[in-house]
Amino acid sequence: MPPFRPILAALRYHKAGAILIALQVALTLAVICNAIFVIEQRLQRLSRDTGIAESELMVVNNKWVAPAAELPARQAADVAMLRALPGVADAYATNAYPLIGGAWQSGVRLDPTSKHFVSEGASIYFVDDHALNTLGVKIAEGRNFRSDDIGALVPNGSPDAPSIIITRALAKRAFPDGQALGKAFYIGNSNARPSTIVGIVEHVQTPQTDSNDDIYWEDSIFVPMHLTGSGAFFVVRAQPGQLNALLRSVPEALKTLSTRRVIPQPHGVMPFSQVRDIAYRSDRGLAWMLAGICVTLLVVTAAGIVGLTSFWVGQRRRQIGIRRALGATRRDILVYFLTENGLISLAGTLAGVVLAFGVNAWMMRAFETSRLSLLYVGTGAVILLLLGQLAVLSPARRASRVPPVEATRTI
Amino acid sequence: MFGYYVQLGLRSLRRNPVLTLLMVLVIGVGVAASMTSYAVFRATSGNPIPEKSSQLFIAQIDNYGPDSTDNGEPLNWLTWRDATALAAAHRAKRQTPMYPIGVSVVPDQPNTMASPARGYAVQADMFPMFDVPFIYGGPWSAADDAGQARVVVIAKSLNDRVFGGVDSVGRDIDLDGHSFRVVGVTDYWDARPRFFDLDSKHGFGDLGEIYMPFARAIADGLEPAGGNVCNRPSKPGWDNFVHSECLFVSFWAELPDAASATAYRQFLHDYAAEQTRSGRFTWPPNVRLRDVMEWLNVRHVVPAEARMGLLVSGAFLVICLVNVIGLLLAKFMRRAPEIGIRRALGASRGAIYAQFLLEAASVGLAGGVLGVIFTALGTLCIGAVFDPAIADLVHMSLPLLGLTILVALASTLVAAFYPTWRASRVQPAWQLKAS
Repeated sequence: MPPFRPILAALRYHKAGAILIALQVALTLAVICNAIFVIEQRLQRLSRDTGIAESELMVVNNKWVAPAAELPARQAADVAMLRALPGVADAYATNAYPLIGGAWQSGVRLDPTSKHFVSEGASIYFVDDHALNTLGVKIAEGRNFRSDDIGALVPNGSPDAPSIIITRALAKRAFPDGQALGKAFYIGNSNARPSTIVGIVEHVQTPQTDSNDDIYWEDSIFVPMHLTGSGAFFVVRAQPGQLNALLRSVPEALKTLSTRRVIPQPHGVMPFSQVRDIAYRSDRGLAWMLAGICVTLLVVTAAGIVGLTSFWVGQRRRQIGIRRALGATRRDILVYFLTENGLISLAGTLAGVVLAFGVNAWMMRAFETSRLSLLYVGTGAVILLLLGQLAVLSPARRASRVPPVEATRTI
Repeated sequence: MFGYYVQLGLRSLRRNPVLTLLMVLVIGVGVAASMTSYAVFRATSGNPIPEKSSQLFIAQIDNYGPDSTDNGEPLNWLTWRDATALAAAHRAKRQTPMYPIGVSVVPDQPNTMASPARGYAVQADMFPMFDVPFIYGGPWSAADDAGQARVVVIAKSLNDRVFGGVDSVGRDIDLDGHSFRVVGVTDYWDARPRFFDLDSKHGFGDLGEIYMPFARAIADGLEPAGGNVCNRPSKPGWDNFVHSECLFVSFWAELPDAASATAYRQFLHDYAAEQTRSGRFTWPPNVRLRDVMEWLNVRHVVPAEARMGLLVSGAFLVICLVNVIGLLLAKFMRRAPEIGIRRALGASRGAIYAQFLLEAASVGLAGGVLGVIFTALGTLCIGAVFDPAIADLVHMSLPLLGLTILVALASTLVAAFYPTWRASRVQPAWQLKAS
């Protein structure tokens, strides 16, 4: 049992230093708990599965320069050419793909006159019968589109196709109590025609990357319609090992077919890995930045403890000498300083726990984060207590080596 | 005396170099972290058009009613019919409807691909309203707006690409297969955030290279390259879209003083009331008129990452300062005997204050210099966290350098205050006895 009472009594003589250490521990704990919590949330976000064969996919942003009447034919010619290109497994043209950052979102209702939406932000993918094969997505229930399902999206048209394919998550949201296959719901505004669910896929992420849309991140609807506008994305799936070759040959082949088109530079032609990089750049960056700050904070706090404790040891050499002369062992001195630091750190940690939840409560309002779990605070507290003990070890060992003869030196 | 204190300070700093180095490092790192975050925050929260931001207003009119608004807020855009009606009313000093467009610039040579250009469909008032700088030519005329003329104003970057940077006024440029006459070339204009184009990366998208008469873009069926919302059904086709209740146009007005802003607000209200009277709206007028900074605030232009970064690094700086207080305390109190002797030999409390604050200031200065180096490194790494468009705005500048040193110096002096006070309270008699 370490001697608490003399330690507490001695602490009264260097209140300022003790308070400074406790304060620093408290602030550090509050900051790192919340920072680690944010890091964890961001990492979770960026490790979400898109549900598609990312490693074999590339995308091309293409815009045709042609009168509106020629656009459907231009698109059909390009897609046919891409499918025949050596190294291409399959390809299709679309308005959006997962993680592109934003696209057509629409409300979904079971009753076209109701004010209640089963999803307020379901994302629409306009596709043809090659899309699922290209993306590497398996039909879980029902069937894929057939070529006779594919309609055309006229300018200012609605996505209310008679047959659609949706994700399991959206199916559960719309029909929580049972079978969604074969049922119909209404996409878009009050004039919408019913869309019958002919197929369900297990999981495909939406194009949205804004955190406000995170609640809808699995609400994808595949609508069998060709685009008729001047722009489209080609999604191309490479045969195994062919992706790098295709990143060069696909734009070349498109240019050879016709130069009356625009493929923007940069980011006009990207492997899907790059799409993912761009989509989560700020999440990853923030996580790295916060991690860097946390590590630096711990180092700074440890350095502060080492500095102040060294000073105390220097100041109390005489007292240590007297204790040693009166029979205290080196171990006793070591335990004394470790306990002293432990008490200060504990006080700081307790204050830090309160502060951490306070900061979290404020962040929940300011940044719409969720509630901090006790696990983070507990782990943070243990880390800081251990860090304190570790930091104090070297000055404490120096103290324990003060010879008893020190007691006689200055009297 | 000053020189003597400096000498004493330097000698003391050399005496325990590890402790000194630790303090300088802690200050340097703390200041650099907060300055880097602050630079990002400044860049994203800055006023894009300081001379006129309080005179430029964006109008919002609720055309969907209380059922489809968030907390009663009208949506961000207007319908074509409302925006053109407001423009035709000419109630502001200057006004323009606008929406972002994307066009393909088709080159003369048949074997090269067309290149994309983003820009805005606007009316001629927009240029003097937003103080757009020109290098060649100028805006088109009001008659061009009314006559849907095939004229464009292009940005310097596009002029460099297509015309090799020469004065291209009067020459033709092929956009989407139509020939347009260039009437003006704008100089590099990087007002950020793009307060009139917040749907492109929250105002940090590309700067825009094409300005086309609003009515021409509508007539050519140029689809909006920004946000658009259709909460009411409309028949298929571009014309039906334009004339429907779909929202895609912004309306900006220049109102030079408070009285004209109030009058315009009333005008907007009356306009909406008229729509209610005519039966188009079945709800009381719900309109907004916001100036640039209010608009940026409502649209949450500052990224959450920037706010969070500023907060965390601010807390970081505070913790560093608490640390420095402790270290300075240790450093100063270790010299209690020396202080005792100086006091006994006649040095006043003020003299002790001066000496120790000066010593702290030299630590702060060294920390500031280190902080400048770290901040410069930090600004280079912004691109890892933020969009390149934001990262481009943040770089080491003279004001940032000065601010870094100033913050380092000021915060170290604040931190030194308590340790110095303690040092000045040292009792000479005790110290002399003890040694």
